[in-house]
Amino acid sequence: MKLEILNGHLVDPANEIDQAADIFMADGKVVAVHKPPSAWEAEHTINAAGKLVLPGLVELSASLRQPGQEHKATIRTETRAAAAGGITSLACLPTTSPVVDSPAEVELIEQLSQDSGHCKVHVIGALTKGLKGENLSEMAALKATGCVGVTNVLLPLKSPLVLRRAMEYASSQGLTVFTYPIDHHLANNGCVHEGLTGLRLGLPGIPAAAETAALAFHLALIEELSVRTHFCHLSTSRAVNMIARARRDHLPVSADASILHLFLTDHDLQDFDGLCHNLPPYRTQQDRDGLRKGLQDGALSAICADHQPHEIEAKLAPFQSTEPGSSTLESLLPLVLQLVDEGVLGLKEAVRRVTQQPAEILGIAAGELSVGRQADACVVDPGLNWTLSNETLLSRGKNTPLLGRQFKGRVTHTILGGKLVFQLGPE
Amino acid sequence: MRHFLDIGRLDREALTHILDTAKSFTSVDGQAVKKVPLLRGKTIVNLFFEPSTRTRTTFELAAKRLSADVLNISIATSATVKGESLLDTLFSLEAMNTDIFIVRHPESGAADFIAKHVAPHVSIINAGDGRHAHPTQALLDVFTIREHHPDFSKLRVAIVGDILHSRVARSQIEALNILGTQEIRVIAPRTLLPANIEQLGVQVFQNCWQGLRDVDVIIMLRLQKERMQGAFIPSEHEYFQLYGLTPERLALASPDAIVMHPGPINRGVEISSEVADGSQSVILQQVKYGIAVRMAILSIAISTGEHGDSHET
Repeated sequence: MKLEILNGHLVDPANEIDQAADIFMADGKVVAVHKPPSAWEAEHTINAAGKLVLPGLVELSASLRQPGQEHKATIRTETRAAAAGGITSLACLPTTSPVVDSPAEVELIEQLSQDSGHCKVHVIGALTKGLKGENLSEMAALKATGCVGVTNVLLPLKSPLVLRRAMEYASSQGLTVFTYPIDHHLANNGCVHEGLTGLRLGLPGIPAAAETAALAFHLALIEELSVRTHFCHLSTSRAVNMIARARRDHLPVSADASILHLFLTDHDLQDFDGLCHNLPPYRTQQDRDGLRKGLQDGALSAICADHQPHEIEAKLAPFQSTEPGSSTLESLLPLVLQLVDEGVLGLKEAVRRVTQQPAEILGIAAGELSVGRQADACVVDPGLNWTLSNETLLSRGKNTPLLGRQFKGRVTHTILGGKLVFQLGPE
Repeated sequence: MRHFLDIGRLDREALTHILDTAKSFTSVDGQAVKKVPLLRGKTIVNLFFEPSTRTRTTFELAAKRLSADVLNISIATSATVKGESLLDTLFSLEAMNTDIFIVRHPESGAADFIAKHVAPHVSIINAGDGRHAHPTQALLDVFTIREHHPDFSKLRVAIVGDILHSRVARSQIEALNILGTQEIRVIAPRTLLPANIEQLGVQVFQNCWQGLRDVDVIIMLRLQKERMQGAFIPSEHEYFQLYGLTPERLALASPDAIVMHPGPINRGVEISSEVADGSQSVILQQVKYGIAVRMAILSIAISTGEHGDSHET
């Protein structure tokens, strides 16, 4: 299949392109940029006049809920949602039932995602067996079946010694450890930021020190062991400063911010809104600004959706009993464009944080539109106004605090391996 | 005022109106037949997901003195009971054509949650949710204070003890602030003080001797026995040594200061028997006024509910 995208504004940070340019794709690869190859005859043409053409987005953290939690979502529903959000590669988390701690689950997920065919799925496996924090998972086997990293997500490890050994073993297998810095003792079953809003609502708080203490502890081990580590979804400005320092000291670390942490604060949960229940919690305006600054100065490499779809009942309870997390795949790109509008990042830099950078963190060949690379791209109408609603959401999870929110900018086409996997229908 | 969920959504006028209405009900207590027919034919459900004696019985008495029918339901909850069953409980009760749910629940925000999902003909009254609010307790407390010291702008009030875990303290602070109290103090060790407490408009004292000086009202909070396990305090003995209200400490307060406690009291832990039973103690008055205040809230909720006023407070 020969496909061309004409008259668009191409933003491809990996190649430092930010200009009007046509792009040509054949046999699943990018074959030319600017001028068509000789004797080119396209079978399909997308007219991108007035639109942006970007590499397909790369998502660092999505819960696909399959196997075992199909009442929340399935690989088919969520990869379709990813395509609608312009995402062509995503890393999924091992928090399924059963947990992804052996090749069988990895193969199942890969099979199901290939069958769906809407988005390339990369698996992050469990760091410990059953995510129980005691025994190491068979990381070499996980790696051999295609896992791009390992994580224990938000679940605690039994001891600092288990952490040390898990980090060392992962590094022996060449696997990046994806770490969620939280000290569970200090967090003490809290569910909101420890601050004025939590105090007023009488909800137990998680102090900022639960994040910084855990981060400092991890950094001490990384300094000793030099193991490649990615820190997921920082929530405090102090943690951002610590990462900045660690990177200046050339420690092999990177970190991301989730898109909602760049917009929401604890102020947004005034009304016990369970849709704002998230871990780590949304913190203060100052923390939100610190995360934005971390993006600007490079301490934070990437922006992720941190997609966590839930069934309706998961949020139908008093705040503390609701399940944390939001369905975000389809709001990632519009919110990234809003960061550009608000002057936080330039367009090319913003696109880099959801394409080239996450691809680099995952160690996958994606997030760029170089000739010879897989033809994963999306076309975005930056001026299109639309409203996020139950009807527009393709994700099975309708749990987002942004329901009803007006957005500017929407994906109109998504191309995966040279094939159109999403096209925005007439409203 | 269809629902009554916390103090923060009241203004001074609305709060004073409740207190004045309560005052008018105090006379019912002295009558030979302690009943008025305001809520005849109404059904009130005491829906308690957490044990309570005082709050439940005073609500029950308040409802009965207003001639309502009262249903008492106690439901043991555990962390595994999810919102879905909470809503199902709710829906089956409202199907019985009940009018008011008085809700106590161990989770903060539970009353708000129920109010959001309940049928439009039902009013929700919060009888304590987690650490969030206990608005009727705070109202009976300020009612009691007003009976002794009517001018809040000249009052110094000290709240002593486990502020961190206390829904009562949060609601008291809100009520006292709305009424324009001159100075609100909280007195506790740091382990029992929530972060950012000073932002609620209170003076923070960690030393009892300093904090009690010249106050007009002392509110002692109950210390739960399980606080020793959480490493909040070393022992009841040391707590009493540092924060227990004794006659010597009471002498620091102004001579006509009153001593309050939401109950149930731990004698010898947060308060000595001499003080609890002494002439400055108004602890039993609080219980008595609790009935009048709860009668006021029930009657206001029913009357506004009937006029179709959907304004939520």
